[in-house]
Amino acid sequence: MQELKENMVFQPAMPKSWNEETKPHKFCPGCGHGIILKMLGEAIDELGIQEKMIFGCDIGCSLLAWDFFKVDSVQTHHGRTTPVVTGMKRAHPELICVAYMGDGGGYAIGSQHLFNAAVRNERVTIILCNNCNYGMTGGQMAPTTLPGMKTETTPYGRDVELTGYPTKGSEMVAAVAPEGAYVARGTVANPRQLKGFIKKALQNQIDGNGISFVECLSGCPTNWRTNAKQTWEFIEKEMTAYFKLGELRVPQAKEV
Amino acid sequence: MGEVSLSSEQRVFMTGNETVAWAAIAAKADIMYGYPITPQNEIMHYWTRLMPKYGKKFLQTEDEISAGFTLAGGVISGAKAFTATAGPGNVLMQESASMAEMMRLPAVYIIQQRGGPSTATVIYSQQETTITTFGGNGEGHRIVFSTSTHQELFDYTIKAFNSAWAYRFPTFVLGDGYQAKMREPLTIYDPEQRGINLVKPEPILGIRPNGSKFTHLRNTYNTEEELYKVVMANQAEWEEMAKKVVEWDSRDCEQADVIILTHGVVSRAALGACQQLREQGHKVGYFRPITLRPFPGEQLKAAIKQAKKILIAESSYGQLVKLVENALYGSTVEIVPMLRPGLGITTEEIVDEYNKL
Ligand SMILES: Cc1ncc(C[n+]2csc(CCOP(=O)(O)OP(=O)(O)O)c2C)c(N)n1
Ligand code: SF4
Ligand SMILES: [Mg+2]
Repeated sequence: MQELKENMVFQPAMPKSWNEETKPHKFCPGCGHGIILKMLGEAIDELGIQEKMIFGCDIGCSLLAWDFFKVDSVQTHHGRTTPVVTGMKRAHPELICVAYMGDGGGYAIGSQHLFNAAVRNERVTIILCNNCNYGMTGGQMAPTTLPGMKTETTPYGRDVELTGYPTKGSEMVAAVAPEGAYVARGTVANPRQLKGFIKKALQNQIDGNGISFVECLSGCPTNWRTNAKQTWEFIEKEMTAYFKLGELRVPQAKEV
Repeated sequence: MGEVSLSSEQRVFMTGNETVAWAAIAAKADIMYGYPITPQNEIMHYWTRLMPKYGKKFLQTEDEISAGFTLAGGVISGAKAFTATAGPGNVLMQESASMAEMMRLPAVYIIQQRGGPSTATVIYSQQETTITTFGGNGEGHRIVFSTSTHQELFDYTIKAFNSAWAYRFPTFVLGDGYQAKMREPLTIYDPEQRGINLVKPEPILGIRPNGSKFTHLRNTYNTEEELYKVVMANQAEWEEMAKKVVEWDSRDCEQADVIILTHGVVSRAALGACQQLREQGHKVGYFRPITLRPFPGEQLKAAIKQAKKILIAESSYGQLVKLVENALYGSTVEIVPMLRPGLGITTEEIVDEYNKL
């Protein structure tokens, strides 16, 4: 989708649900968060849910999205976005509640919330940005840091003997969520597919089936200290070798 | 006794926890979020039993952090919501309470204090005075009602919902294990039948009555100046609110030489001691802060004008003393502490302590 601006520059069309007053956004150049949120914005537009939803974001670089959308939004504490949107949804099931968080927020400090929300099949949509590190705090090891990968707290590379293996979050959610759950893993390297997953994850909530969870493989060139080519190579080769793309759980088609 | 109901004023004999569940129904609360911990468990037990009849909701969360944050989500979506906890659970709840202070969320927390520090006892103490009044990494922008009878548990739970929604500060009802577990008579009632207006909750996000505009709520700020403005605005509104919300009970203080000062359930012993001592001709006054946040400092100053000594009795080691000393800074009245962390305090013990003065 491209739009011709009067100054003869081609500019991609902004999703209608984006808040243009806060654009350009505040993520680093080359950051994956912007691509994920663009796909989320387009999914919101296509489903026409801008007026019916609440967007919650975590602490981490996701917090930079607190005023990203023309959508009622709440920025919460590190790891606590899952319970905040859960509380809303329980009290007001007619709301469409979306939680957006990083891999640290979802798999470390908020892992008990993610796990139990999945077990309870909370009717919320959780979108998690996996960038293999703690972006906002300056590039420390995250649960998703790949074996051997250098970060600020693993300067000689992640030693799996000492720190374990990277968390496979989508697999964990898929393993514990009851029937009705939707679980997928997409990547910013394939935005079209990612949007499809996010849209299904929202639709699954709208249909009241169960929890919807999409992990998005994403890049953090600032902390990875990679150029554009290296960034994409890391996302497309290294990350996908460990984190498999695709749908892990799809609710069974309802009987007609 | 027939079936308990709120259809008309009714004299009942119940535990404090059951009282709180009834008060939440009477206050028209919609949903409770909770995690089991003694001595508050029966609040959840009674609430879940009353739920179907009154069309209420309950979510048992994975921990108190989650109970606090689901509570935040609930009130943001416009539900009258509450939680209940104690001790280590109160510690975990402070994270959500600090978000509620920053974002001005009308979250209601019922605290039934147990022993501390750590897991300590499941029975009783007043050791959650400091954390309940000033927990979190903020300025204590909250309301704390410290109750002493079951009637007050009922009345102030209703008031807590009203204050929270009227002023948009997190609000605590500070009880304790004794109040939670013992049975005593009280009158339960429908507040609206008594002419008490119930402040209606409204969505902060989500279903917007005014339509079009979108709201973005945050607790993170970019610069020191930006944060300073927010905190100072909250401080100003907190002070405005304080004048309307502050409550205390002061008896016979005008001519008293000694004032016995307590809060919560210890006030029952203090009241008994004051009565006994006055009957014996001693010039004793009684002062009790009902709100610990805001603290009735001015009222206390007025009450102690003639007094030479204040005897402070508390089931913690100086947590109440600290609040009093802060309020009385500059006063020369002598403070005599009677500190019994985790122990109940009886009328006789206070009388004994008085006689040692
Ligand atoms: C309770 C608490 N602990 C620690 C922090 C500091 N902190 C802020 S962001 C962050 C990590 C964010 O990493 P992630 O969730 O992966 O998001 P990213 O920035 O990588 O998108 C941490 C540890 C905090 N804000 N709150
Ligand atoms: S630090 Fe990393 S994750 Fe955060 S905005 Fe920059 S590139 Fe994106
Ligand atoms: Mg991260």
